[in-house]
Amino acid sequence: MFDLERWQEIFDTIRKNKLRTFLTGLSVASGIFILVILLGFGQGMQNGIEKEFKTDAATSIWVWPGRTTIAHNGLNPGRRVQLRNENLDYINNTLDADFDKVSTFYFPRDIQVLYKNDLIVYQVIGTTDDVQVIENQYIVEGRFINERDLAENAKVAVISSKIKKEVFKDLDSPLGEYLTISGAGFRIVGVYSEVSGDDEGEEERIWIPLTTAQLAFNGGDRINNLTFMLPEKTNLGQTVASSLAFEDEIRGYLYKAHGIAPEDERAIHIWNPIEEAKRYYSLTGNIKFFFWFVGVCTIIAGVVGVSNIMLIVVKERTREIGIRKALGAKPWFIVSMILQESIFVTAISGFTGLILSMGLLEIIGPNVEIDYVVNPSVNFNVAFTTVIVLISAGTLAGFFPAWRAANIQVINALRDE
Amino acid sequence: MIEIKDLHKSYKMGSNSLHVLKGLNFSIGEGELVAIMGSSGSGKSTLLNILGMLDEADSGEYTLDGVPIKNLNETKAAQYRNKFLGFIFQSFNLINYKNAAENVALPLYYQKVPRKERQEKALKYLDQVGLKEWAHHLPSELSGGQKQRVAIARAMAAEPKVLLADELTGALDSKTSYEIMDLIQTINDQGNTILVVTHEEDIAHMCKRIVHLKDGIIEKDEKVKQVRASAYV
Repeated sequence: MFDLERWQEIFDTIRKNKLRTFLTGLSVASGIFILVILLGFGQGMQNGIEKEFKTDAATSIWVWPGRTTIAHNGLNPGRRVQLRNENLDYINNTLDADFDKVSTFYFPRDIQVLYKNDLIVYQVIGTTDDVQVIENQYIVEGRFINERDLAENAKVAVISSKIKKEVFKDLDSPLGEYLTISGAGFRIVGVYSEVSGDDEGEEERIWIPLTTAQLAFNGGDRINNLTFMLPEKTNLGQTVASSLAFEDEIRGYLYKAHGIAPEDERAIHIWNPIEEAKRYYSLTGNIKFFFWFVGVCTIIAGVVGVSNIMLIVVKERTREIGIRKALGAKPWFIVSMILQESIFVTAISGFTGLILSMGLLEIIGPNVEIDYVVNPSVNFNVAFTTVIVLISAGTLAGFFPAWRAANIQVINALRDE
Repeated sequence: MIEIKDLHKSYKMGSNSLHVLKGLNFSIGEGELVAIMGSSGSGKSTLLNILGMLDEADSGEYTLDGVPIKNLNETKAAQYRNKFLGFIFQSFNLINYKNAAENVALPLYYQKVPRKERQEKALKYLDQVGLKEWAHHLPSELSGGQKQRVAIARAMAAEPKVLLADELTGALDSKTSYEIMDLIQTINDQGNTILVVTHEEDIAHMCKRIVHLKDGIIEKDEKVKQVRASAYV
């Protein structure tokens, strides 16, 4: 292996058979190149789909009431279901359910929002402190509503970046400014932004504390919906299972508390995006599988290609092998030299293909801006293993004809025209 | 130098067995120039293959420079070929991507001679066959006669005990053939043992001894008066 004379002989052979070497190398390098690019785009699609989905927290559940459609316990159908604070308290304190955060909205009706006597039209929502986690929001400046605001019925408001841009564009900061909501002054304490941007009009909202909203705008103990965020389990299957169980539990409690027939599907609406998440995740799983499949086929094609080339190379060299044997070369010496040459060529070109393709992914990857494809990249170990597989396959494919050629009678090898 | 006793060889051809060599006995001394003659099918190529350790006899004894040649594996045979024998073929059998000097140096590579020394020796033997100027030409750039000269230089380079030539003029015109035979005679004059297989009378008569083979037996083994090829060149 480290015999200098032999390497000289090998380099000699390579130098004088440039076309053959080049073609062998090209097929190996392009095989690796295509494979790595394919795998990279498979990963990119998976990243892209994950990103598209990351708007609201994936494990959130939304509950809002409707009207009953079935008579139950002596109550008429068509009755409007009204969620109340006690429902929230019960869920928070008594119900033994598995959730991380809960929040609620109260939409005050018939209110006006004024800023310096100008009417501005945004939705005002009373809510609790945990809503920002559930809605995937982050604070740009100031703070969000906190527990003290809720306890003290503080007249504070949190506005979105969009509102800041549209209404407070002349100010450095809207913090400390007052909004007049139906006659009451609310001090702006924070500005938030949505992770997903303003795609769905979610930055059109002004948050105020739930308790303040109920107190100031005639809400009593009414709330309009419930939002839960569930913990993520170790894998998707468990997350889905616990999410569905939680959904059943909440439904059971609310149906009982509000006297709703169990089979009434329109009285309480529950939206659980985990099912959708599951679809997305299995979609990305399928896509990944597809790219792996294509990749494996590419490897097989590469192996066949390399093997073919090795077969032809050895066949072409049968006569040369005969001559070398007549001149006193031992069979194993011939075989190992041919293999050493082929391993050298496939390794060099294989790693060239690897480096080129990974370099390409590295350079263009972060700049790819196509829907559903984000930062295509490939696991180095996977790519490396592939190169090793191709080299081994080529070696194996070259070995048998080389061994046969080195062991046939010299006289037959020389006769081979 | 070469000692052969009761050599038999037959080939299986399907269900038939073809008895090619039917008990050959002869010996060749050092410095001889022997022609083995015979029509096709007489067994002369088979004999040469056995002498060249490219094929093995069914029975009989073969001794080369005092070493019994029997039951050789490929590795051992390769070693012996490299040490004892130089081959010259009808179709030259040069490696086409190596130039003349590299072709000549190849057997030395298998003798593990260092690179520098190989190159020096190769040039020396190319000079002997009159092709020093052509050392860096590829076989495709040489004429038939020149190719055969390179092949002879290559056979000589390993400094073997015996040179085996199989129809070495078969692919050449008669003028070139005589030039090659002149070279062979010169090499023989220097004391090398040479065995030439041919079916051409005139080539055979340029040797010192002719062994006539017919149907697997030695028909006639005669010393002849050598015709010097230089007379025709």
